[in-house]
Amino acid sequence: MTRTDLPTEPAPVTEWVVTGEPIEDIRDRRRRRAAMRKPFTSILRHVLLIAAAALMLYPVIWMVVSSLRPNELIFREPGIILDSFEVSNYTDGWNALSYPFNVYLLNSAIVVIGSIIGNLVSCSLAAYAFARLEFAGKKWWFAIMLVTIMLPIHVVIVPQYILFSQLGWVNTFLPLIVPKLLATDAFFIFLMVQFIRGIPRELDEAARIDGAGHPRIFAQIILPLMVPALATTTIFTFIWTWNDFFSQLIFLTKPSLYTVPLALNAFQDSQSSTDFGQLFAMSVVALLPIFLIFLFGQKYLIKGIATTGIK
Amino acid sequence: MSALGELRTLKGGSAPKGRRQNKAAYLFLLPWFLGLAVITIGPMISSLYLSFTKYNLLSPPKFTGLTNIERMIEDERLHHSLLVTFQYVFISVPLQLALALLLAVVLDRGLRGLAIYRSVFYLPSLLGASVAIAVLWRQLFGYDGLVNQVLAWFGIEGQGWISSPDTALGTLMILNVWTFGSPMVIFLAGLRQIPTMYYEAASVDGASRWQQFWRITMPMLTPIIFFNLILQIIGAFQSFTQAFVVSGGTGGPVDSTLFYTLYLYQRGFTSLDMGYASAMAWLLLVIIGAFTALNFWASKYWVFYDDQD
Repeated sequence: MTRTDLPTEPAPVTEWVVTGEPIEDIRDRRRRRAAMRKPFTSILRHVLLIAAAALMLYPVIWMVVSSLRPNELIFREPGIILDSFEVSNYTDGWNALSYPFNVYLLNSAIVVIGSIIGNLVSCSLAAYAFARLEFAGKKWWFAIMLVTIMLPIHVVIVPQYILFSQLGWVNTFLPLIVPKLLATDAFFIFLMVQFIRGIPRELDEAARIDGAGHPRIFAQIILPLMVPALATTTIFTFIWTWNDFFSQLIFLTKPSLYTVPLALNAFQDSQSSTDFGQLFAMSVVALLPIFLIFLFGQKYLIKGIATTGIK
Repeated sequence: MSALGELRTLKGGSAPKGRRQNKAAYLFLLPWFLGLAVITIGPMISSLYLSFTKYNLLSPPKFTGLTNIERMIEDERLHHSLLVTFQYVFISVPLQLALALLLAVVLDRGLRGLAIYRSVFYLPSLLGASVAIAVLWRQLFGYDGLVNQVLAWFGIEGQGWISSPDTALGTLMILNVWTFGSPMVIFLAGLRQIPTMYYEAASVDGASRWQQFWRITMPMLTPIIFFNLILQIIGAFQSFTQAFVVSGGTGGPVDSTLFYTLYLYQRGFTSLDMGYASAMAWLLLVIIGAFTALNFWASKYWVFYDDQD
């Protein structure tokens, strides 16, 4: 969209890896100095922003606090100050369904880890070809890849279901993992192509002169340099798969195979009027991994969406 | 920067035949080609065929010609689900983007603590798609929920927002607006790309902040607005989880949260009416494609590309 993004002028690698770009720092400092001249508007802005942030996060904080409250207090207490500390919601909620919650956490973990491995391997291979190799019909294949990013899953889900049920894969994790091994999350191909274009070609050339073929250039030059893109892919795959509900709902119907979202949904259905403390407690358990990923992977998350516009 | 930008600037002309590395490239692309054939294009063709059949998984598909299309024309629940989805998309997406733009502009002015604010505002877009947040939403807007407790302080007697057909969809729109963080981050990245010299020159000429915003920031940001608009519209058309969880899979009360995808799920995977569900899926693809094409066409009139010669 801007000059640096045209295929012919790849952005330098450093722009990705370094977080605080020096140019921005100067700009920020200049603006900050300008802002300091008007302390009142600056303070007002902070007050409004903090109020907005508090308003946005309040429901989530309230849920965390409520998960530690006795059930009868939850809907009488809009505040977030705890008088008592009720851990029983967690211990009881953990075992409230037909299987303990660790079963669902493990199922989710299997799907997530399988998807991450699948995306890392298959998307990086495809990205290398698109970014570095010349081949017949490249332009068209690339365009097709970009279009598949925007394709709604619904146009393929019915035949996929038929295919996987004929293979006997329904109620296994395979329908959720195998497509990732086949690079169907084209978003990540695109993200990696963008990144590889920023790696200087001189490095490939030097390796080629030393007699390295494409597999070696890929494995020994490109892969180690594209770690930031691989990290972004890992993080986004984690979040999307952990949150995914639609395809898990379709392919997993046996309670022993339920993932965390399916278990929560079942929990809500079974407890339609009571035990909100337990329901909230297990919701907090479900959100915790996302929150941790957010805390530790922010840099890659922000870079990732800023670069490709993924969610 | 984006897939859309790539599509727009995709240039013709391939490498000379001598420089091609077909064999290596096809080997690297092998998994992707397999996936494209077996997981994407094969099923697409197959679902197009199933659109003209009656199929319930148990007996082989029976070709019925245009029956499914005729049924869709008469299916009032389908029309209603389209209406619900359109309302959801065309109310919540503009609100979400307006809020994202507003906060991006406020945050961009060299503010202390930008990184912290950005993270806090971004967090909900990571959580928003989850079942856990939908569970929370259902309780927040319930009759005894937090929202009504807060309203009670102001002496307002609330109602069961989720259980009333007039307001249930509104709560889902609020949930979508709540996830404005990811377009906001894209806007922030876009704002950083605007050269400071434009503002400096404008200041020298005596332009006010307000004028600078409308004459510099907005035009320079239109590609990003366009990109966010396409992305969020495509995403919103496919929303499913929140409506499913909040309504317990029914789309209720009185079908007020019956998103198109939810109705598709009910037809295909609850009633095993898979031919009909396939036809519905293709209609969804056509609708999304049409709005994306419309957007691209309209973009000629309002999107400004700085890189055009």
